[in-house]
Amino acid sequence: MLKMQDVSKIYRTDLIETYALRKFSLEVDAGEFVAVTGPSGSGKTTFLNVAGLLETFDSGSYELDGANVRGLSDDARSRLRNERIGFIFQSFNLIPDLNVQDNVDVPLRYRRFNAGERGERIDSALALVGLSSRARHMPSQLSGGQQQRVAIARAIAGDPAFLLADEPTGNLDSLMARQVMDLLEQINEMGTTILLVTHDPELARRAQRNVHLIDGQISDFRAYEPRSLPAGGAGAGAMA
Amino acid sequence: MLGYYMRLALKSFSRNPGITALMVLAIALGIAVCVMTLTVYHAMSGNPIWWKNDRLYAVTMDNWDPKQPYSKLSPTLPPPEMTYKDARALYRSDIPERKVVTYATDGVISGVGAVPSAHVRSRVTTADFFAMFEVPFLYGNAWNRNADDPAQPVIVLSRQENDKLFGGANSVGRTLRWNDHEFRVVGVIADWFPRPRFYDLNGGNFDPAEDAFLPYGWGAALELLNNEETDCWAPEKIDTFKDFMASDCIWQQMWVELPDRSSRERMQAYMDGYWAEQRKGGRFQRPRDNRLTNVANWLRDNRVVDTDNRVLVGLAFAFLAVCLINTVGLLLAKFLNGASITGVRRALGASRRQVFMQHLIEVGALSVLGAVLGLALATLGLAAVHHLYAAAHLNRPGGYQELTHFDSVGVLWAVILALVATLAAGLYPAWRVGRLPPAIYLKSQ
Repeated sequence: MLKMQDVSKIYRTDLIETYALRKFSLEVDAGEFVAVTGPSGSGKTTFLNVAGLLETFDSGSYELDGANVRGLSDDARSRLRNERIGFIFQSFNLIPDLNVQDNVDVPLRYRRFNAGERGERIDSALALVGLSSRARHMPSQLSGGQQQRVAIARAIAGDPAFLLADEPTGNLDSLMARQVMDLLEQINEMGTTILLVTHDPELARRAQRNVHLIDGQISDFRAYEPRSLPAGGAGAGAMA
Repeated sequence: MLGYYMRLALKSFSRNPGITALMVLAIALGIAVCVMTLTVYHAMSGNPIWWKNDRLYAVTMDNWDPKQPYSKLSPTLPPPEMTYKDARALYRSDIPERKVVTYATDGVISGVGAVPSAHVRSRVTTADFFAMFEVPFLYGNAWNRNADDPAQPVIVLSRQENDKLFGGANSVGRTLRWNDHEFRVVGVIADWFPRPRFYDLNGGNFDPAEDAFLPYGWGAALELLNNEETDCWAPEKIDTFKDFMASDCIWQQMWVELPDRSSRERMQAYMDGYWAEQRKGGRFQRPRDNRLTNVANWLRDNRVVDTDNRVLVGLAFAFLAVCLINTVGLLLAKFLNGASITGVRRALGASRRQVFMQHLIEVGALSVLGAVLGLALATLGLAAVHHLYAAAHLNRPGGYQELTHFDSVGVLWAVILALVATLAAGLYPAWRVGRLPPAIYLKSQ
C-alpha cells in the first residue's frame, strides 16, 4: 500500500546539505497501525510530510496504492492527498473562523461531493467522534480533546485509506490523549491504515509495530502483540 | 466552488476588517481619480457630431504670408478661418448639400418689457447652420436661406436667453431689440451643448454655444466684427468696414455638408479652381493648400485636447499604479498572514490552482467593492468640479461644467478599470500564496 525505497530528502543551504531522510525504505500494508518514533530532528515529520505528499523527495521511489508518486503534477498530488490521505496534527489545525461542520466540510469541498453527500459524510464523521451536538460550535468553544476529535472527523470524512497522525496527543492531557488513541484504534479497526508519529514509547506500543528513526534512517523496528486486527489484516514489512 | 470561494472571501474580509478597508480605500481612490480624469478627457476628446464625420467638412484655404506659415506650431496647416471674400466666393457653389459661413460677435438685447438691457453672446450665420449641426429647437424654427442676405430682422435665441427675456414662454413672433435694431424671434433652441464647440474653435474650445443667432447679412449691414479671433498678415490700408471685408484678414468660419465622395471631389476641384484664378491675380502665393477637413481631423488639427490633459491622464494612472502597488503589498501581507490556514487547506487536498483561484476570487470581490466605492467617490468628485465650473460660468449651462457629466461610459470604465487593475495587482499575491510550502506552516500553526 505504501512503499518507500531508498528515499532521500535533503535540505540545502548555501553552505550545508542536511539529510532529513537518508535512503529510507519502508513498506506499510493496508490496515496496519504503524508508529514512527525517534528523537527530535530524527526525520519523523519529514517522513510524514513526504508520505502525505506535502513535500517532494530528492531520490528513491515512493509508491502509494501502487502508483508512483514521483513526478506527479501538483494537481495529481493534491487529488491523491485529498482522496487517499487524512491528516491529524499535534496542534489540531482547525480553521478558526469556520464552525465544526464547516471544518469537516473542507476536504469534501475539494473532493467536489454534492451537498447531500457532504452532509451525510459530515454527520457520520461527527457521530463517530461523538461531536454531533457540537456541529455549529466554533473551534474556540471546544476543549483541546474535542478539537482534536473534530480534526479526526475531518481527516476521516472523505474515507481515506491512510491516516497520518503527527503527535496527535502532544497537546492533550493524559485522559484526552487516551480517548484520542482509543478513537484512532477504532478507526484502524475499521480498516484505515494509520501512520502515527510520536515520541512517546507508551503510545507507540499501542501500534502494531514501531519504526524507530535516527538521523533520517530506520535504526530499529519492532512488532508488538497484535491487537484485534481487522479482517484480512496486515503483516509487517519494514525494510531498513 | 465559486460560491464557496466567495464565502471564504467574505470570512477573510471579516477576519481582517481594517486591512480590508484599507485596500478597498486604496483601490477606490485610484479608481476615482482615474475615472474623473478619464471622464473629463473623454468628454473633451469626443467628437460631438461623430455620426456626420463623413459629411461635415471645415473649409480652409492657405491665403497666408508667402514668407511664413500661419502657425509656427503647426506649419503644415492652413489658417483655421477664411477671409470674407473667399468665404463669400465659395459660398456661391451649389455643390454642398448644406453650407455655412458664420462668425461670433457681440450684441446688446433690449426692448423686452422690464427686462434690463444686457450684453449677449451672438453669432451671425447663414441659415443652414441649424440643420447642418442638427441644432434642436424648443419653439419655432430657423430662418430660411432667403433671410440670409439681404438680411431679414429675425433672430433665434437659446433656451437660457429665452428664459431670461420671456420667462421660458414660447417667444416665437415676439420682438426685441438687438443693438438697437428690432428683430422678431423665429425660434428658440432647446438644450444644445456641443462639446467641444467644434464649429468655432477660436474662443474657448468648451465655451457654451451663443445665446442669439442672426442672419449672416447683418454682419455687413451692421458692420459687425468678429469678437473672437481676427488675424491679418498683409500690410493693407483698412479704413472702413468695406476695406476690412475686402482684406486678406481671416475671421469667418466656413462649413459644408458633402454627402458623398463625388461631391467632395467636386467641391475640392471648385476650391482649387477658385484658388488658381485668385493666384493669377496675385493672391495665394503659398503652395496650394485648400482643405476640406472632417470634424475628427479638425479637432485633432486644432489641438482641442491639449497636452496638459494627456499629462493629467498619465498622472492619474500613475496614482492608480501607486494605489495598486500599495494594495499588492497589503494583499501579500494579508495572504501570508493566513498562510497557516492555506497550509491546512493544502494538506486537506487543495491544489495550488485551487488556492490561487480562492485568493483571486477574494481579490475580485475586493475589486468590486473598490469599484463601487470608487464610483461613489468619482461621482462626488465630478459633482464638486461641476459646481466649480458652473460658478465660473455664472451657472450658465453648456460650458466646461458639462464635461463633468458621469455617463454610462464612465461607469463602464470604472468597473473595467477596477476589475482589470485589481485582478492584475492580485495575481502575484494569489500566485505567491499558492506556492508556499504547506508543511512549514502546518507545524507553525
